[in-house]
Amino acid sequence: MSDENDRVKPTEAQLKSRRSRNIALALALVAFVILVYVGSIVKLGPALFNRPL
Amino acid sequence: MALVEREQMLDGPGRLSEATAGDFVALLKPRVMSLVIFTAFVGQVLAPGSLNPFLAFIATLSIAVGAGAAGALNMWYDADIDAVMSRTAKRPVPDGRVTPNEALAFGVILSAFSLMTLGLMANWLAASLLAFTIFFYGVVYTMWLKRSTPQNIVIGGAAGALPPVVGWAATSGSVSLESIVLFLIIFLWTPPHFWALALFKTGDYGRAGVPMMPNVAGEASTKRQIFAYAILVAISGILPTLLGFASLYYGVFAAALGLGFVWYSWRVLRIDDESMKPAKALFGFSVFYLFAIFAALLVEAILTRVGA
Repeated sequence: MSDENDRVKPTEAQLKSRRSRNIALALALVAFVILVYVGSIVKLGPALFNRPL
Repeated sequence: MALVEREQMLDGPGRLSEATAGDFVALLKPRVMSLVIFTAFVGQVLAPGSLNPFLAFIATLSIAVGAGAAGALNMWYDADIDAVMSRTAKRPVPDGRVTPNEALAFGVILSAFSLMTLGLMANWLAASLLAFTIFFYGVVYTMWLKRSTPQNIVIGGAAGALPPVVGWAATSGSVSLESIVLFLIIFLWTPPHFWALALFKTGDYGRAGVPMMPNVAGEASTKRQIFAYAILVAISGILPTLLGFASLYYGVFAAALGLGFVWYSWRVLRIDDESMKPAKALFGFSVFYLFAIFAALLVEAILTRVGA
């Protein structure tokens, strides 16, 4: 049985820095997805979507 | 039990990080990165052929991230010596804000993503050259040369000189004499640039046990070598005109800058100043020199394209 006191409570600074990392990582991931998506269309052209299913 | 767990959480692998996003950006060495972006971009613009502007943008970004990843690997490996040098002691790893393993993982993952992206969006020659650049900086320079020979930055300078070659390859799909000249300009510029820095940071490098030229060969010898390299830098700067891929205007401009470089190096050689003012002045001018040379090549390439 674990008790509330057994857990480490993140300090204010730790919470703040975690939030900063999370936001940066989210932005980087979204930017990467957009780059690959638009880049693929530019490189391969609209024909990218013309494929037999 | 709880106490043990708590201690593990604080100090062990499960410790809660206080690293901000800015600390991870610092791992990429943004100032070095800006020079890489600029020289790679000039290489891209100068190269024959055309790459879609959006793909060219992705290529520049990939090269920048690849260079940044190499910087992160360097900071992972060099944390021990960074900690004892005043210039680098506040870097995220020696300062304890980012753990060595986080820096290593960050560097490896960004390397892989940048190489893959550059290969898919530009071409695989450019990606291979970027891979070589990261390997050369992260392994050959950082792990081997830096701690073992005063020629560390002479040979290691190749890593910093490669970005315009990568940029050139991203646009044209090839490596040519022109891109090698761009490489040569940065390669020859690196030793006098870093030795000027080492002259006024001798104590730092000495404490860290890094065999920089002033610590090993002495100040007098370093100053002579700086002067010799300055002459080579001045000659390499006018090569684009001599080889016919830049105009006479560029040649005159580059020659004037080259003379400036030699003059600043001459002052380093002749003036014995305890405060190392001439070395600091040369260091400042060297940054301006490289920027101005590549800016001139860029402006000329754009004017030629617009005029054509």
